[in-house]
Amino acid sequence: MIDRRHLIALAMLAAAGAANAKAAPNAQAPDFTLRQLDGPNLRLGEQRGRVVMVNFWATWCGPCRVELPHLARLHDKYRGSGFLLLGVNIDDDPSAAKALAGKLGLTFPVLLDSKKEVVGAYDLNAMPATVLIDRDGRVRHLHRGYKEGVEALYEQQVRALLKE
Amino acid sequence: MAASKVIGRLLQSLSALLGGAFAMQGAKAAPLPPDHAEAMYHRYSGGGLTSDGPALLVRKNLLDKVSLTGQVYVDAVSNASVDVVTTASPYKERRTEYGLGLEYAVRDANITLGLASSKEPDYRADSFSVDVAQETFGGMTTVNLGFTRGADKVGQKTIGFFDQAKHWQYRIGVTQILTSRWMASANLEAIADSGYLGNPYRAARVFGAAVPENVPRTRSSRALNLRVIGDLGSRDAVRGSYRYFWDNWDVKSHTFEGGYSRYVGESFLLDGFLRHYRQGKASFYSDDAQVQNTYVTRNRQLGTYDGNTLGGKVTYSWKKVPGQYEIKFNGALEVLRYRYSDYTDLRSGSTYSLSASVLQLYVTANY
Amino acid sequence: MKRSLALLLGVATMLGGCAAPEPWVKPYERERLADPIMQWQGDLLASKNSQHVRDIREGARGANGVQGGGCGCK
Repeated sequence: MIDRRHLIALAMLAAAGAANAKAAPNAQAPDFTLRQLDGPNLRLGEQRGRVVMVNFWATWCGPCRVELPHLARLHDKYRGSGFLLLGVNIDDDPSAAKALAGKLGLTFPVLLDSKKEVVGAYDLNAMPATVLIDRDGRVRHLHRGYKEGVEALYEQQVRALLKE
Repeated sequence: MAASKVIGRLLQSLSALLGGAFAMQGAKAAPLPPDHAEAMYHRYSGGGLTSDGPALLVRKNLLDKVSLTGQVYVDAVSNASVDVVTTASPYKERRTEYGLGLEYAVRDANITLGLASSKEPDYRADSFSVDVAQETFGGMTTVNLGFTRGADKVGQKTIGFFDQAKHWQYRIGVTQILTSRWMASANLEAIADSGYLGNPYRAARVFGAAVPENVPRTRSSRALNLRVIGDLGSRDAVRGSYRYFWDNWDVKSHTFEGGYSRYVGESFLLDGFLRHYRQGKASFYSDDAQVQNTYVTRNRQLGTYDGNTLGGKVTYSWKKVPGQYEIKFNGALEVLRYRYSDYTDLRSGSTYSLSASVLQLYVTANY
Repeated sequence: MKRSLALLLGVATMLGGCAAPEPWVKPYERERLADPIMQWQGDLLASKNSQHVRDIREGARGANGVQGGGCGCK
């Protein structure tokens, strides 16, 4: 006969199949160190005390390219108040990222993740993907994809996090 | 129509399936296509017929919500082909086709509405189409549904427009990402026609004498197309497809196509393909009918034949800024050869074969 | 009882695995698929022209992805 203990064991076994989101709100943001376009490495963990927005983009992704100038504007407006925007590029060939960053005049740090290790660690299942991290290194907001006008929401969330 | 009932049921079960898929993964529609323009000169030459002309296409995003496409296509035909020469006299005429398209995203689907109108002195064809593309399963599977309704006016030079024809096309397809380098797709299209489906200038042959052709006033056909495409890792890609066609006029055909593309250097792209087509004749087709039947045609398009095409294309990227704009110059050439098993060239007495070439010179721009 | 428990455990494990097949190609792994050479159709006008040449001469039609209107193809 099957009693309650067996049913609980069965339920737990079934649930074990479900995947865990790697970057979840209120969890610590997975740390990483990546090379920047113009040389030195940059580590996320060393940015504690600042509000960080990590944006994963690629030159072959249409919505990513549309979003980049909006992110550059956001970075310029709030960098003085303790905000940092990191653009993590995942192109196989970093020179494509360099060309586009140059043409668009991107002012924020562009990090190169051609091995896709960091984007895999964050595992947001969308391109572009944006993560907002507070001053304590905790993930507070996740944005999957880009829709026209969402930069207003980004600005709202950044201001709220800067006030904390 | 029975077909619309089938499509209705298909749509119902599909939305049930898609509803389930959306619950699993956050689905989003593919973005609208980029702003784009093309200008082309095309020329077909073969079998006594030359047809050339310009074509133009412009696509523009409006307010990032809607993508509008407009196109014009002109065919100036100079026809002295075997059918025309042996049963009539050579002629020149011009066909102009206009097309308008509207694409927009509604939640998770991309919807495309299209209008097309083709005009020539003795034929007028207008059509309206709707196509829906839905991404599911994390964007790995795209389902396509489409419908086109066409209405034609059929004319003859000496008597003007005398009849009409109507067409219904139903399309369903699925594209699946197999790996980060390979994709496959399956497409099914059912077409139904009703009205005057023949050719007022074409003659059939019964017991050696020329008689006007008589073609059924309805036709119902299906085509199934299977395709695969893959990236080979050295800036090149290979593709293959097979299509099987069958209809209620007893025509059955197979189409095999294989192609290869390769980037060469910084600015060049080379592309080549091979295509083989083979067809079995319609039940009422005959080169010289020896039996009196209700329907008879000598239209070689409906006979038994095979065709081979070899094509090549060179593309030169003139200006390119990734994601901003891109201007390319293209030149493509196709060489075709059709060999007919049951169509006699009345000038020589042996079975007919046709060699032709297609030249396409065009500029494309993404901006 | 042990046999039915084992059977149920087996089914539960299988069901747990089948709950929702994860898409195995992540959005950030689709760079090669986004390349223009990974399209069956070529450029819009050229494919339309090539397909028109074939539609006139061949009895087969449909399922080739090129949306075209009708014509008095003789």
